[in-house]
Amino acid sequence: MSSTFVGMPAFPEAARAAVDDPTLRGNLRHATHTIRAKRAAAVAELADWGGLREAGRRIKDHTLRHLDRYLERLEASVTAAGGTVHWAADADEANRIVAELVKETGESEVVKVKSMATQEIGLNEALEAEGIRAYETDLAELIVQLGKDRPSHILVPAIHRNRGEIRDIFTHEMAAWGRPAPGDLTDTPADLAEAARLHLREKFLRARVGVSGANFMVAETGTLVVVESEGNGRMCLTLPETLISVVGIEKIVPTWRDLEVFLQTLPRSSTAERMNPYTSMWTGTTDEDGPRAFHLVLLDNGRTDALADQVGRQALRCIRCSACLNVCPVYERAGGHAYGSVYPGPIGAILTPQLRGTASEIDASLPYASSLCGACYEVCPVAIDIPEVLVHLRERVVEGGPAVRRGNKVVLRPARGHAAERAAMRAAAWAFGHPGALRTGQRLASRSRRLHPRTLPGPGRAWSGTRDLPTLPPEPFRDWWQRTRGGKDAK
Amino acid sequence: MRVALFLTCVNDTLYPETGKAVVKLLTRLGVEVEFPMGQTCCGQAHYNTGYRHEAEPLARRFAEVFREYDAIVTPSGSCGAMVRELYPRMGERARAEGRGDSLARTVAPVVPRTYELTEFLVDVLGVTDVGAWYPHTVTYHPTCHGLRSLGLGDRPRRLLAAVRGLDLVELPGADECCGFGGTFAVKNAAVSAAMGTDKVRNAESTGADVLCAADNSCLMHIGGTMSRLKVDMRPVHLAEILAGTEEDPSL
Ligand code: SF4
Repeated sequence: MSSTFVGMPAFPEAARAAVDDPTLRGNLRHATHTIRAKRAAAVAELADWGGLREAGRRIKDHTLRHLDRYLERLEASVTAAGGTVHWAADADEANRIVAELVKETGESEVVKVKSMATQEIGLNEALEAEGIRAYETDLAELIVQLGKDRPSHILVPAIHRNRGEIRDIFTHEMAAWGRPAPGDLTDTPADLAEAARLHLREKFLRARVGVSGANFMVAETGTLVVVESEGNGRMCLTLPETLISVVGIEKIVPTWRDLEVFLQTLPRSSTAERMNPYTSMWTGTTDEDGPRAFHLVLLDNGRTDALADQVGRQALRCIRCSACLNVCPVYERAGGHAYGSVYPGPIGAILTPQLRGTASEIDASLPYASSLCGACYEVCPVAIDIPEVLVHLRERVVEGGPAVRRGNKVVLRPARGHAAERAAMRAAAWAFGHPGALRTGQRLASRSRRLHPRTLPGPGRAWSGTRDLPTLPPEPFRDWWQRTRGGKDAK
Repeated sequence: MRVALFLTCVNDTLYPETGKAVVKLLTRLGVEVEFPMGQTCCGQAHYNTGYRHEAEPLARRFAEVFREYDAIVTPSGSCGAMVRELYPRMGERARAEGRGDSLARTVAPVVPRTYELTEFLVDVLGVTDVGAWYPHTVTYHPTCHGLRSLGLGDRPRRLLAAVRGLDLVELPGADECCGFGGTFAVKNAAVSAAMGTDKVRNAESTGADVLCAADNSCLMHIGGTMSRLKVDMRPVHLAEILAGTEEDPSL
């Protein structure tokens, strides 16, 4: 994945900073609670939501099980329709392919429609290094780019910004990228949208190369699908002469019919709309309509490694609706940046450590960025059991074990820094296997209870820093039970 | 019907009153409960922190200790979910790892016989009015595993609504996690504390004098936060509310 985030502190540390930032907390709370309620209402409208969710899960699982077959089918369809397919094993390869394709056109700028895959691989930075400037055209993405910021949400990358902050960013930064913001810009949504529209219009009309992602790729016809709300995608997909789409290999579905399911579940889960305002579909090239040249870069970048993992592979079903982010109490407090990846929130916490591995501090901390409350699983339109995968990845962090890395079977060693915890867990497991020993421990604790502090030393301080500990009872239940024969004798 | 109380290690050590309340309540309803002394811990803390292999012997012990009972009742949604949802999964994983069927076969009999307290009352005994009396204003926090893993639904609320003298008030944001999450509370202390604080502030806004839940781990976190924030409200386990009567009240 992108190197942009390497060197991030572990999640708890990054999250602490966010928890202490009242503006950020306010922005996130407002945004997530609003969309949460709207999503619930939009989903409740459909009597067969459960059936659609199950259908989505099944289609994705089936496709993933036969991914090789469907990818070859897709390649054949795209080629037959006049497109060219490129295979990229990792970020470097994908960036190199895109940079070369742009250079072949003789252009030095591209317009982009929001694409998580290109953020994942750090395409903008790679193009910059080759002297090519990439302009983001999604409104939220534009705000992030102008603000020299990082995305913090899958669907609303600038969710952490409020309107006042956005006005300041436009006023100060737009000029360096093209048409400046009007001098009297206010922070009303209409004004901000108009400033962005004027700024972007220039880019659309000038650009000869477009770069996109895709929500779906249909194997049987080689059709790519982008769903969006602003229309910027449609501009990027139709105006340029050359279109380069960079898409993760898991975005494939076998047939057009399969779209029927996702075009219902995706908009309702993400923006709480019955149907998204723009659905663009393109198949190869067509004479005198749309781009003259079409390139599809199929990105692996850790995906086949994730596919090899029996428990973790379900993360590849994700359709990036962001419902799990909006409902997650941890995301709401920690903010998207704390996850150190373009994929924040619950899905990021399971996807990133699979794509990047668990070697770095931030990646090893992500599986713990959850209280396992299960709200993410409940809302996920493709039924990804995120808590299950989190626990599975925790096991990988603390105990190591078999995994596949770059196509090779490896046995991972436990991540560093868990030795004390492992020892404590083993000791506890031993005591719980020996009720006699457990009882002695309970009695000792109860007898010395007057000496117990209400705050804890060492790692326990994190607990008692904000909460008071319970006082120990004079005797554990099992002693009471024996003494009173289950309450039959004196109390 | 032979009924066993699975109290859980946390309740045994820290909250014996909850155990006594379950015994009192079930006895009043005509159920004779037994407390198998061999019980210890369901292994959830191990499992959820990533020590699945350490949790396996605890699952086996659980299955052996409780094998001969027709019903196993626990006053913890979280530990109930561990047995019902995760024991079968542990069995499947062991099988997938080529370690045979033994774990799956050992745990299979106890899985369907394990009930969270409110399920046992409503589904097995078929009662919602347990004859309790509790003259307080109470707000109910449904804990995550009870809510989502076990699907307890409105059972706890129905039981509370039938308690005489009890004034049940809705908790804003009830379905949101309180931020305990076992080791999460220690590993991500800042986020956990922020979640706990929001829960307490929501509870405070109801004007209730008691916050009720069916899991003492969450109540420990919420209660510890209340105490630190000096909020005048008590965390009380559902069993303790249901156990009280006019003749022999829970205070
Ligand atoms: S994991 Fe599920 S809920 Fe989260 S973004 Fe992906 S599809 Fe949506």
